[in-house]
Amino acid sequence: MPKDPSLRKVLLIGAGPIVIGQGCEFDYSGTQACKALTEEGIEVVLVNSNPATIMTDPEFASRTYVEPITPDTVARILEIERPDAVLPTLGGQTALNVAIALAESGVLERLGIRLIGAQLPSILMAEDRSKFRQAMTEIGLRTPRSVYVTEIEQAKSVLEEIGLPAIIRPSFTLGGSGGSIAQTPEEFEEKLAWGLHLSPRGEVLVEESVLGWKEFELEVMRDKADNVVIICSIENFDPMGVHTGDSITVAPAQTLTDKEYQRMRDAAIAIIRKIGVETGGSNIQFAVNPANGDMTVIEMNPRVSRSSALASKATGFPIAKIAAKLAIGYTLDEIPNDITRSTPASFEPTIDYVVTKIPRFTFEKFPQADTRLGVQMKSVGEVMAIGRTFRESLQKGIRSLETDRYGFEEVSADEAALEKLLCEPGPNRLWAVGEAFRRGRTLAQVNASTSIDPWFLWHVSEIIAEEARFKVPATRDLARAKRAGFSDRRLAKLAGTTEDAIREERLRAGIVPVYKRVDTCGAEFEANTPYMYSTYDQECEARPSDKKKIMILGGGPNRIGQGIEFDYCCVHGLMGLAKDGYETIMVNCNPETVSTDYDSSDRLYFEPLTLEDVLAIVAVEKPQGVIVQFGGQTPLRLAVPLARAGVPIIGTTPDAIDRAEDRERFSALLTKLGLRQTENGTARSVEAARTLAERIGYPVLVRPSYVLGGRAMQIVHDTPELETYMREAVQVSPEHPVLVDRFLANAIEVDVDALCDGKQAVIAGIMEHIEEAGIHSGDSACSLPPYSLPRYLIDEIERSTRALALELGVVGLMNVQFAIADETVYVLEVNPRASRTVPFVSKAIGRPIAQLAARVMAGKSLAELGYTSEVIPAHVSVKEAVFPFVKFPGVDTLLGPEMKSTGEVMGIDREFGRAYAKAQRGAGMDLPTRGTVLVSLRDEDKAAGAGALRMLQEEGFKLVATAGTAAYMRERGLDVQPIHKVRDGQPHTGTLIAAGEVSLVIATTRIGDAAAVRDSASMRRAALEAGIPYFTTLAGARAAALAIRALRAGEVQPIALQDLHTV
Amino acid sequence: MSAPTDEAVLVLSDGTVYRGTAFGARVEGAGEVVFHTGMTGYQEILTDPSYSGQIVCMTYPEIGNTGCNPEDDESRGVFLSGFVVRDHVDFPSNWRSRESLQQFLVRHNVPGISGIDTRALVRRLSKSGAMNGLVAQAPFDIATLRRRAAALPSMAGLNLVDAVTCKEPYEFREGTPWSLEPPVQGKRYRAVAYDYGIKRNILHELVNAGFDVTVVPADTPAKAVLARKPDGVFLSNGPGDPAAVTYAIPIVRELVAARVPIFGICLGHQILGLALGGSTRKLRFGHHGANQPARDEQTRRVMIASENHGFAVDAAALAKAGDVEVTHVNLNDGTVEGLRHRTLPLFSVQYHPEASPGPHDTAYLFRRFRALVESTHA
Repeated sequence: MPKDPSLRKVLLIGAGPIVIGQGCEFDYSGTQACKALTEEGIEVVLVNSNPATIMTDPEFASRTYVEPITPDTVARILEIERPDAVLPTLGGQTALNVAIALAESGVLERLGIRLIGAQLPSILMAEDRSKFRQAMTEIGLRTPRSVYVTEIEQAKSVLEEIGLPAIIRPSFTLGGSGGSIAQTPEEFEEKLAWGLHLSPRGEVLVEESVLGWKEFELEVMRDKADNVVIICSIENFDPMGVHTGDSITVAPAQTLTDKEYQRMRDAAIAIIRKIGVETGGSNIQFAVNPANGDMTVIEMNPRVSRSSALASKATGFPIAKIAAKLAIGYTLDEIPNDITRSTPASFEPTIDYVVTKIPRFTFEKFPQADTRLGVQMKSVGEVMAIGRTFRESLQKGIRSLETDRYGFEEVSADEAALEKLLCEPGPNRLWAVGEAFRRGRTLAQVNASTSIDPWFLWHVSEIIAEEARFKVPATRDLARAKRAGFSDRRLAKLAGTTEDAIREERLRAGIVPVYKRVDTCGAEFEANTPYMYSTYDQECEARPSDKKKIMILGGGPNRIGQGIEFDYCCVHGLMGLAKDGYETIMVNCNPETVSTDYDSSDRLYFEPLTLEDVLAIVAVEKPQGVIVQFGGQTPLRLAVPLARAGVPIIGTTPDAIDRAEDRERFSALLTKLGLRQTENGTARSVEAARTLAERIGYPVLVRPSYVLGGRAMQIVHDTPELETYMREAVQVSPEHPVLVDRFLANAIEVDVDALCDGKQAVIAGIMEHIEEAGIHSGDSACSLPPYSLPRYLIDEIERSTRALALELGVVGLMNVQFAIADETVYVLEVNPRASRTVPFVSKAIGRPIAQLAARVMAGKSLAELGYTSEVIPAHVSVKEAVFPFVKFPGVDTLLGPEMKSTGEVMGIDREFGRAYAKAQRGAGMDLPTRGTVLVSLRDEDKAAGAGALRMLQEEGFKLVATAGTAAYMRERGLDVQPIHKVRDGQPHTGTLIAAGEVSLVIATTRIGDAAAVRDSASMRRAALEAGIPYFTTLAGARAAALAIRALRAGEVQPIALQDLHTV
Repeated sequence: MSAPTDEAVLVLSDGTVYRGTAFGARVEGAGEVVFHTGMTGYQEILTDPSYSGQIVCMTYPEIGNTGCNPEDDESRGVFLSGFVVRDHVDFPSNWRSRESLQQFLVRHNVPGISGIDTRALVRRLSKSGAMNGLVAQAPFDIATLRRRAAALPSMAGLNLVDAVTCKEPYEFREGTPWSLEPPVQGKRYRAVAYDYGIKRNILHELVNAGFDVTVVPADTPAKAVLARKPDGVFLSNGPGDPAAVTYAIPIVRELVAARVPIFGICLGHQILGLALGGSTRKLRFGHHGANQPARDEQTRRVMIASENHGFAVDAAALAKAGDVEVTHVNLNDGTVEGLRHRTLPLFSVQYHPEASPGPHDTAYLFRRFRALVESTHA
């Protein structure tokens, strides 16, 4: 059954910004889909608000709309483009929800547009838990007992029916948002209310808990001819009770016999048929009672999911690509298997290795957050590791995480604390399991505490036993330890020596890894795709070529501060180098990414990004150059040790990087160029920090050196605050100094990305931050071009940028952060590498700057590449950050110097207000055009705030403000109603928000003033939870006022990138 | 550190030596080295009589995870001569496990070797074709083992059925609870199953499809079978070269002539092919796995099939054999996966609809056999 000829134009819906539960895996799937459809001659129309995606590069679709993924906007795009069909199964829950809305509202029918991939009844049957349960019962499958609740009053009767513990799952939310487990009747009521609130439909499923059961997932694909294949089975290390996105998972399933596995497979096939997913991939989760094998169906995603991305990388079977081909009418037997090229896609991959996925958490960013894991996902990224045994795979996964763990490090906790770590699933449970064995607990004991299957526990206990043997010289066996997956670094620690010493001993003994191929078929057929992983075995299949080649080191797991933007740069680096005829080699361990797609590079090494693992690949491949400046801090940290080991790092030299990062050398650099810097210094002790801060004058910005994403960065206002910071946030030492800078209050921050080939420096983009300096640049909205800066300051910024690039001898990309206070330009920092803003800038100016950078690093000049002058776009691009606060109840939403956003969106239009409005809408903040604005301003914002409030009043908004703000504004002739702060009693700001009488909240607070922060936190939280747009900075509020004015002047229209740029 | 006495080797007929660790029984094993790509089902593989005379290497590296249990045995014993794995997991975790793989292999006197680069071995076999080999434990003399491995007889021309078939006829009435579909209700038919090395799950599936089964030894004359007045005759799977089971071919020819409904699987399919005038040939390294794509040429549906065979029916020869048509094709290499006769009530498949191990996609064939029997009765 070949391609459906009636499909000439298809709209693909992307997943939008990266949020917890919906990560960059959907860029991977969407990019594959774009390629697959374009390959078939289908015109692809794409909508995705996330600029940091490869899929939104203009060459991946015929029409690319970087626009909010809302039913309204998508409907407008459908009106403009009139595609034949909408493909909603590759953009996560976001795309599916929009598709449901468009189908239910009749838009699709009215325009005569079909859904392909999955039909509305199927989506609803899979998503609506009571329908799903009914369907399962009809095909003889068990699901946990459950009841649908729409009213809080039902709580009592439901509790009687289901019992405790009970699982609470709001319908139609991403990554299980609002899902939780209730242990007590009080908790039950509280969590039920929260769930009802979060569900877009006000529906919650209360479900029988199968806590502690074994958890499995199957990735299923079906085609129009009803051929069904299982791509991958996955078993969770963490039993039921922990969201699968937060669980350590292993592929294939390990503890099922064939009969049990086939029964699950039969069930999965029956489910996909019953639900009626016509074509494409689905993910089905099962729970199995470890005592008797009872099996229940937990849920089904009728779309490509995070697990599909993992399964694709785990098996080499490109689920998203095949799903796209099936959606347009092909059947599995008509599509070739890319890896073997000789066999069809209608088979089930078999793997001859073990894959382990470990989630990456960033609880350190949210100190108030509950770190216990449950049914709501909390991790922000993940790593995948491949090994020939589970032990090897698990240990490779651990060191891939980049959490300064290189194995089963010791856990310092007393017995009671250790028991708690074991019993309550949290981000560190794996190491607690190791520690428990180290302290002599038995497998039965650990199983009783954790419910983790004994099979997994046994392997951990074997690793710990191997550690014990390694500690004793008489029983030390290096070869054996390496086969068990140990890192040199961990072994060095166990043996009381250095990593270098272990490596030397290993190389002398000829103990080196070999590379095996991921081939979908267990070596039954010859693999044509060089997708490789290391192991300690006999035969190496790397077969490196003697072509000229360059290796790019990726960014590792996504985390706050280092995400998809860096993967975007890596992928562009690969594309650029390919244009110049280089063989490209990619090294990365993040399964969600496009860079780890086997067709992004010529050769893919799915490996941890540690010195040991990278050196081993370099030894086999012998590349002419290694690029470390695209993957963020992860590869950058390796630059110096790699260079020391003789690895040819290309691009900006490690010395230039050091000159920019070492504060003292940096100051000297600025002085030499006559550029201004805020007063600053480096402190190597608490005492030195105090003296320094007092000399500079408070407030000061303090942070440890060498950080990304503003880790532990803080503004402190006085000495006691400084001392608290030095005591609690950082361990200052001569090796780990702390940087102290004067903090510029109310300064405008400007980010600049530039390209330089060592001889010529060209500006790529100048971005004016909306939020003032002091808010982490990653959390700040920004505008390209600047929307309020005078020309002479822009000129000065450009001159300074070029001078810095040339003086440092930058080869490739450079990012500079400036602050402007009192019409003076200060240089805050220089990063001679790809920055987080590169994809945004590329999209805004319509030039692939990361590609150009890679080619420059490989030796081309900017003149040769035809990039010699800055591109000034005629339109305005606004970037806005997206935050995970909704996932962390109780966490304050106030922004500061520590980065907290997980993703970003872009708004593009012909003027600032409209572009900002689109960006806000893309970030989920639909700005109101009428209603009441609730305001509370800190003193220093009051004067400047009056202008924004006046504008809102002119646009017809009613103003309500806390006493001080109201009085101040009334004095300036504004009509403002006063209202109590929460501490002053009812009716207060919270009452007003709860009553639904507020349509916009503006609340600024002096960061560092703990009392004020506490007082205003409840207001911000209430706004977040009520889904009301809120601004915590005055600058944000001013921009919002401009946007509202633009919206009131006329509804914004979607614009395709292809209409803005002529590339 | 493993004691030196744990050392074991796998020596191939081409002289390649893989050094690893011994597990299971400490006896020597000799046979044709083949690999199986299934990720589950090692116990079913170990107890499948079709592996008689073979040393099986599992491509999935972690083996032993679920231990062994009486329910998953596919026959009365273990007929293969050696078991090769990357990582022997001597710690079973499964609610049905009754003994470890180690205990199971010792009980059945089968040697195992672990810790070798199984992927390297598989790549060698898939490039050069299946070869003979020896599994032995220390102390050994490599030169002698190499010589002996090279001298082992080829699988082609070997009749291994005699060693595995039952000695006396027996009745089988037990179905399987592991099928998602409930057993067929209604009239029960009588089937006689030729045991060339039959797997128990075939019998379970025949019972589920509504047959009362009598299993008979491989050399039971056609007349003796027809005297039982069966509603259908089943030809089972089994080991070795179909052409070498010389007595079976004329027996089946007689059964075909008697127009009794016939269903064959694997070796049974090959013997039926030969009886119908076709020919068989040895494949380079065969199909041994649970993920083979077999397409039904009539419906164009692709079934994921469990397979285990080193020989195949030749399509060209079959085409000349009159009213016989190829019904199923392997999409990986185009080999014949199924055949039927245009006028006579018979069909057969190369793959294993009874799975065990493997997917149940083609289990409907047992019901098709029932339908064939029913239509012949009508």
